Parts: sequence; structure tokens; C-alpha cells
Amino acid sequence: MSNVPQELRYTKTHEWISLNEDGSVTVGITDHAQHLLGDLVFVELPEVGDTFAEGDDCAVVESVKAASDLYCPLDGEIIAHNEALADAPELINQDPYAEGWIFKLQPDDSGAYDALMDADAYSELIAEQD
Amino acid sequence: MPFIPHTDNDVEDMLRAIGADSIEDLFAEIPAKLRAEGLEAIPEAINEMDISRLMRERADQDSRTLCFAGAGAYEHHIPAAVWELTTRGEFYTAYTPYQAEASQGTLQLLYEYQSMMASLTAMDVSNASLYDGASALAEAVLMAVRANRKSKSKRILMPRTVHPDYRRVANNIVRNQGIVLEELDYDRSGGHIDPDSLPADPGDFTALVIPQPNFFGVLEEVDALVNWAHEHGALVIAVVNPISLAILTPPGEWGETGADIVCGEGQPLGAPLSSGGPYFGFMCCRQSFVRQMPGRIIGRTTDLEGKTGYTLTLQAREQHIRRSKATSNICTNQGLLVTAATIYMSLLGAQGLERVALACHENSMKLLAALGETQGVSKLFNRPLFHEAVLQFDLPVADVMRALSVQGIIGGVSLAEDYPELGNSILICATETKTEADIETYTASLKRIAMRLTANRCPVQPKMA
Repeated sequence: MSNVPQELRYTKTHEWISLNEDGSVTVGITDHAQHLLGDLVFVELPEVGDTFAEGDDCAVVESVKAASDLYCPLDGEIIAHNEALADAPELINQDPYAEGWIFKLQPDDSGAYDALMDADAYSELIAEQD
Repeated sequence: MPFIPHTDNDVEDMLRAIGADSIEDLFAEIPAKLRAEGLEAIPEAINEMDISRLMRERADQDSRTLCFAGAGAYEHHIPAAVWELTTRGEFYTAYTPYQAEASQGTLQLLYEYQSMMASLTAMDVSNASLYDGASALAEAVLMAVRANRKSKSKRILMPRTVHPDYRRVANNIVRNQGIVLEELDYDRSGGHIDPDSLPADPGDFTALVIPQPNFFGVLEEVDALVNWAHEHGALVIAVVNPISLAILTPPGEWGETGADIVCGEGQPLGAPLSSGGPYFGFMCCRQSFVRQMPGRIIGRTTDLEGKTGYTLTLQAREQHIRRSKATSNICTNQGLLVTAATIYMSLLGAQGLERVALACHENSMKLLAALGETQGVSKLFNRPLFHEAVLQFDLPVADVMRALSVQGIIGGVSLAEDYPELGNSILICATETKTEADIETYTASLKRIAMRLTANRCPVQPKMA
């Protein structure tokens, strides 16, 4: 059974989102997603300063099996990316919700986070897909 | 076993299984206006005897000429062993078999090829080859746009000293992606891109293409060009002749930090001219850009028993996995030509390749010196050369070339169409295959032709003394 932390928000495309104190959000891929992908070998990170709309592909996670796009969960601007993944993409496999974070985004709309899927809804979604 | 594995019965069975009446039904969704109405220009099929005769006649038109033309395709001596080995059954397929890893020999060869190319260009990695030099440049441009994340411009600076055909092919392939190839003019006395003429503030651009040697055979000031491009946040795409790398500084060592992507035509490495193809393209790059490199890459690994094995690597970027988001639509390599190139390089070795390059250079210098003495012929451009040069005539070039060809000499390639500003000019080349006697034959013929054409043009006969 995949780990789905209660305090996070989710997307249908298996990104997790956490709200930071300064109003920015941190984004990564879920435990379920990293299981499906298998051992990650490379992460193509978005550049700081890039802006994306919700649903835009903004990063690529590449495993031994496949390269998959990461979709931006909210409209906004990239304010940081996880440099550690350049040398250690396996951090996403080992610790998808902390060390394996991928980027930080400053959302255009501060309320947009609240509209994202909660942990129960995401758990239901992946249960249906299994 | 029939060459085409689908018999009429097979086709019928398959159509029945999917509930279609005919093969035509499978294409029903393609609108009629987008379909080709037959191929009228393709003649009727002919039998083997007739096609053999036709091909022999065509081949005869090409043979027994003394060729001083280069311009992207070069006549080199190919040791007999190269094609003797390349055409062995184990290699003689244009394609890497499916389940590529079952063909360890083919993969090892490609791996050796990649190692040689990386070493020749002084770059970190090479792919397993592309279709030809021109499309390799197009792929390099696309790759630079993907790889240069600092620049959003899709603007590529493309010197006019890059082969005109390469520029046309590259433009054809990249223009629909909004990529602009912006021409950089060359210095009229040097025949190169003068680094001092480069703008101090060129604006945002993605990459600078640097040909070495350039289309005129002239050596570019690569160090200054590379440093200038990098100072402005652009990548450097080197277009090089692989033979020349045996004596010239490899692109990986140009300027402060070297070129970023290297590409070119592989034909000089063991492929005959054969009226224009098939040839192969090569591409190398820095390790940090390897995921943006198109095409296949073979890696060396160890199997479960600890033995060395070869495998396709970084396939996750390719079409069968990434579909429309694949790095490029290249999903194969020019296997047979690369086999020949690998054997060619193995037979010559580093020293042999260097001797070939030096012999090309020396012969071109001899040819230039000999032709330069001819009345009405002068050498353009005062910069150092590899094995080609531009000559300017007082006479109409087309007439001179035609007269030479009647005597079985391909005297060079006219530049009139692509470089009208150079007047009656041709590009000439002498590789290691040309002897002193060949050069003498050319010079003597040219002198006779020049004399005759000059005499014909003279409206009044000079008075006898």
C-alpha cells in the first residue's frame, strides 16, 4: 500500500503539493508514482524563473523504464528546484515526500492550493487505478 | 522464404480478423485531398537483366574520371579489407536487428565506433550515427535549442562558410519549429568569419555554428569564435571533417571550454563517393547534454555473470517510449556505413589517419601551386587551408569545367550559384589519392583550355610581327 500523507494535496497525475509558510508550494511525485516508475536515473528540472500554467509539463522524471512528464499543479513561477536530484535522482525513490522534492512554485492565485485534491480523494483515485 | 513475409492469404486472414474488407479501408480516415494519386514519375518495373545493364551504364558515366571536386564528399583510398569485412554476412545488414542485445557483435562495433568518434573529436560521448552530414547539422540545431535553457530565442547564427546544402537542409528541417537560421557573412579576403567583425552585443541567440575547415577549405579562428559564443550564453555547434581532425585541434579543445555539440559527414571514413550516397552523419557532445542527443547510444555494461556486454542505453528519450515527446524522430543509425568507418579507422589507426590528412593537405598545396601559375587563374583567400581552396578564373567557369570534363577531369565545383559575389570561382580539392602526374594532367589540360578559350574570345587576330 502506498504512503499518502494526510497533510499534503495531490493531482490526478500523481504530483504532491505542500503549502509553505510564505505562500509558495513545494511539488514532488507521490510514493505511488515512484513505485510505478521504478528506479529513477535522471530528473530534468524546470529553471528558476520559468512560469507555467496549471497542466503544463514542466519537468521530466526518467526511470530505467520510461521518461514521464511532471505537470505543473497550479499557475505560477518556479522559485527553486532541488539541485540534489542532479546527482542523486534516487532520492525520489527513497524519500519522495521530503528529500525527493522537485521544485518550489509561487502560485499566481494564493487560494488555488485549497482547491487541490486531498489525501483521501487521492487514496481513492489510486485504489481505483490498481 | 519470400522476402515480403505477407502472402495474399496472410493479408486476407489479418483483414478478416480485424473486420476490414481491404487494405484501402485501413486508410479511410485520411482525407482524399491529402492522398497522392499514384506515382506517375516512377517507371514500370524492369527485370534483373535490364536493371543490371542500366546500372552498369549509369556507373560507367561516373568511372574513370580524375576527380578534383570535394565540397562535402571526398575521394579517399579505402583499404580492400574495409568492404571485404563490412559485406560479410554477420555485418551486411542496414539495420540493427530487433532485440538489439541479441546481436552483441553489432553493438560492440557501434560501441567501438562511438569511442573512436569521441576520441577523434575530444568530446565525451558520441551517438551511433545519423543519416548524413546535412541532417546531422539539422539535428544539432534542434538539440541546441533543447539543450540551451538559458536562451529562449530559437535564433541560430549560421555562417555563410557552412556548406550551402547543409544550410538548406537544416533550414528545411527546423524552420517549422520556429527556429531561425541567421546568416553571418564572411570576410572577403580571408574567406572566414572574422572574429573582429562579430557584434559586441549580438542579442539573445541559442547557438553559433562553426565549420572547420569551412566550405571554402579555409580554417576558421575557432578559439575566438567559441569564446565569443560562450560569453554570450550561446552553445557552439562544430561541423567538422573527421579526416582533418587527425591534424587539427579537435572541437572539444577549441577556446576556453570547447564546442558543445560536434557533427559532420562521415563519408570520408571508408565510404566510396558512389554518386552521392549512402553516407552517414556523426554527432558527439558533452556528457551534460547526452539526454538531449538524438539517436541511439550503445553502452558497455556487465551481465549477471560479470562478463562484458553491450546494450542500447538512454532509450527512455526515444520515440518508442516518449512518442511525440521523443528527443527526435531519429530512432536508428547508419549501421553498414558505420561498420565500414569503424574498420577503416581501426586499419589506419591514429598515425595512419594523420598521414592521410597530411597527404591531403600537401597534395592540395601542390595542386594550388601548379594551377596558380596558369594565366588567368588566381587563388582567393589568404588564410590557412586543409585540403580545399577557392580559385578564381578570368574565364567563364562553366565553359572551363565543361571542357575539362570532356577530357575526363572533374575540375572542381562551381561556386557561381551560391556565392555569386565571388565571380567565376570554383572549389578544388586534392586528397591523398592524387599523384604528381594527376596534378600535372589537370594543370596541362587547364592551360590548353584557358589558351583556347582566351583565343576564341579575342575578336581580332593579333597581327603577326
